[in-house]
Amino acid sequence: MSAGEKVITNPVKANAGWKELPIGGIIPQGGTARGFFTGGWRSLTPVWDAEKCISCLQCWIFCPDMAIQVEGGKMVGIDLDYCKGCGICAAACPPRTAAIKMVNEGA
Amino acid sequence: MVAPLKQLSLRPDRLTSGHRACAGCGFPIALKMVLMSTEDPVVVANATGCAEVCTSIFPYTAWDVPWIHSAFENAAATISGVEAAYQSLKRQGKIASDKTIRFVAFGGDGGTYDIGFQSLSGAMERGHNMLYVCYDNGAYMNTGIQRSSATPYGASTSTSPAGKVRQGKVQYRKDLAAIMAAHNIPYVAQASIHNHRDLMNKAQKGLETDGPAFLNVLAPCRLGWGFDPKNILDICKLAVDSTFWTLFEVEDGKWKLSYKPRNKVQVTEFLKTQSRFKHLFKKGNEELLEQIQADIDAKWEELLERCGANA
Repeated sequence: MSAGEKVITNPVKANAGWKELPIGGIIPQGGTARGFFTGGWRSLTPVWDAEKCISCLQCWIFCPDMAIQVEGGKMVGIDLDYCKGCGICAAACPPRTAAIKMVNEGA
Repeated sequence: MVAPLKQLSLRPDRLTSGHRACAGCGFPIALKMVLMSTEDPVVVANATGCAEVCTSIFPYTAWDVPWIHSAFENAAATISGVEAAYQSLKRQGKIASDKTIRFVAFGGDGGTYDIGFQSLSGAMERGHNMLYVCYDNGAYMNTGIQRSSATPYGASTSTSPAGKVRQGKVQYRKDLAAIMAAHNIPYVAQASIHNHRDLMNKAQKGLETDGPAFLNVLAPCRLGWGFDPKNILDICKLAVDSTFWTLFEVEDGKWKLSYKPRNKVQVTEFLKTQSRFKHLFKKGNEELLEQIQADIDAKWEELLERCGANA
């Protein structure tokens, strides 16, 4: 899914006037940062090889951006809308498995 | 013991994507692991710092749990007030007696070792049922890498720069975990993000402890420490294998070592991975490196002695 397809609701409207803002600067709903896509920060992109992957979830537990997608205990992909390209997933992947490679997007 | 990763992966993210910490930042790893270690509802108070700023830029929040930020110095006071209100509501029957809510405060080393120290000490002494987690990155990273009392000896920061006269910070870091243990609270521990099982087990223990608990977590800052973010786990491992950072628990006053390196590596192996220490490797600074090694060796011996038979 790309950023364009994701629908993330935020009860606080963008460009809201002061009368529309929640009192006290409260953010009335959790997890609304999912509507802010940090994938544009990336210069290196993780490329995941599903065939090599053993779903040990080392990448998932260490990813600082919760960008590793896991379903039913199995890794299914990397959410590039949020991945900042730090390379921790590739470093955490067991050397014998080496299912994630970092690739320079600009090159 | 915390559940295996496959089971943990079925739990919803309590800290979500879309926060604005740097690529490869250490604190989100620490925070997500702590929040993952329990299935009970959690209320979080956050001290001012990187974690607070990056996760709560209005109108976005990366927290999918109730979360409060009030000021730099009072995360512990804030969460202890919430916990006291909860106890009162329970006594009044307004919260079901069989419902369990956990209370956590997160602070960086600036908000914990320095600015939030008095409110932390007070909350621990009053015996609130809470866990305070310090993500220690060894300086005020959010405001531009100013030294804190957690900054290690010799580290170059914007307020302890290495130059012609001084070679980085001239003081040693405060041993906060030992100070917390001296509060005679039921649970104190130190952990590092590279060892997720150890960290999550300690977080779970701290959360389930009846009374105050303190957890100090090593969470490197790629910008302030100066390293390529992909190396973060290796750097943490070197910190622990050189005993620059030690993993231990203090349960009801009993010290217990969680990890003893099979081959203790020289601290220079850890120092040379980061640009904040690079001046120490210049000609003429050999004595400083020896001094740092001697200090670390002495503190390791002290810890082994404290742990005694549990080492």
